[in-house]
Amino acid sequence: MKLKIPVISTAIAVISGLAVLLLYFSPLFLAGVDWRTVILQWAMSLGAVALFIGLINLASVHSRKLDDKGDFPINSLVLVLAMVITFGVVLVLGPASIWAMFILNYIQIPVETSLVAILAVTLIYASARLIRRKTDTFSLVFIGTALVILLTTSPLITDLFPLIGDKFQAVRVWFASVPAAAGARGILLGIALGTIATGIRILMGTDRPYGG
Amino acid sequence: MNFADNSEFLSVMVIAVFFLLMAVFAVLGRNRTGWGLRAIPAFSRLSRAIGLAVEAGTRLHVSIGNGNLTGPGSAASFVGLSVLGRIARTASISDQPPIASAGDGALAILAQDTLRAGYREVGAGEDYNPSSGRVTGLTPISFAAGAMSVIQDENISGNILAGNFGMEAGLILEASERNNAFSLSGTDHIPTQAMMFAASQETLIGEELYAGGAYLHAGVMHTASLQAQDVIRWLLVAIILAGGIWKLIQGFL
Repeated sequence: MKLKIPVISTAIAVISGLAVLLLYFSPLFLAGVDWRTVILQWAMSLGAVALFIGLINLASVHSRKLDDKGDFPINSLVLVLAMVITFGVVLVLGPASIWAMFILNYIQIPVETSLVAILAVTLIYASARLIRRKTDTFSLVFIGTALVILLTTSPLITDLFPLIGDKFQAVRVWFASVPAAAGARGILLGIALGTIATGIRILMGTDRPYGG
Repeated sequence: MNFADNSEFLSVMVIAVFFLLMAVFAVLGRNRTGWGLRAIPAFSRLSRAIGLAVEAGTRLHVSIGNGNLTGPGSAASFVGLSVLGRIARTASISDQPPIASAGDGALAILAQDTLRAGYREVGAGEDYNPSSGRVTGLTPISFAAGAMSVIQDENISGNILAGNFGMEAGLILEASERNNAFSLSGTDHIPTQAMMFAASQETLIGEELYAGGAYLHAGVMHTASLQAQDVIRWLLVAIILAGGIWKLIQGFL
């Protein structure tokens, strides 16, 4: 009879989780070794292997796309070519070589920075769309707060109205330190409780994010 | 145990009380479904989006973020995997099964494993395609750029972002909007939650993200953990208020 629950993987996950939790509260030094750190280092090593597998996955998905019929996948071609060239350069010349640093500083960083710049425009557009999509109390409070913080932070307003500039600053400080901080703490409390609940479910073996 | 200071003792107590409450609520609620859950419209719309995707022969894209498994954001990623698991069980029967994207190798492996389990559970194990769980990039921005191309190329009608995301999620949500697709998002990063509120059609704020399993009927323990969270939260609220009042009284004395 085949068991519905993957016993071995569940047992490994539960035992490892419990061991790390117990060692957090009561560190165990055997033969001069901190075993909690050792277990976490194993996890990190596995993470590094997983990173390599992730790279292979990325390459294989896009290589397969190149073989597919239909529209020519130019993005996939660029990705595979960039991957091969970067891998070759780093493998042959080393990760700190001039050409490897050239790829990083003059291709990857500018491309990523330009996407971040697009993100800024995207967010302004999303805020405008929010008014059209959800005109409820929460949306109005959200937009109102964002505008107040934006206006009171801008030096333009303080320069235009120097006499009440301090008042603007006081409004911003009050918004940031009272309603915003209170809300953020409430949300953080919820996130912390959710994190504990998720951890306990995994330790109990009832939540198995490893295919069970 | 090494209770060097009170905070460690408090941590153990919170975990023990949490565990106990979860066990009690699990026993009490084992024959009831959705017992004591308030309505969260985002999850109702998600269920509708899953049904529509299956009917219309379109795909759902579940993105579980770029958190790593040993960091504090791992819990959010695990919740993303739970949500992916539930969606996979419902939507794997479709011609266009769901796609999962991740910004971390280990998360992608877990996503593939979760999808495979979903297929197996509905008796469609042979239809599972490993490329439906994929890494789209290994830095936050490249991960978002890769996910954008998934949305554009794979006939996606709904995007579910559940996990550890930074501001780059805005790019994914914008791609979703341009594709006229449904979007639901939740993360454990507070500034990103604010951005998601503006950019996403449905947003999960704070602990709502962690409630995903309970609302998608992932099991009695998910509901029980949600109820345990509520009890502890009210307890903490009472302690905070009592502390405030005590300070106020001290000020007058």
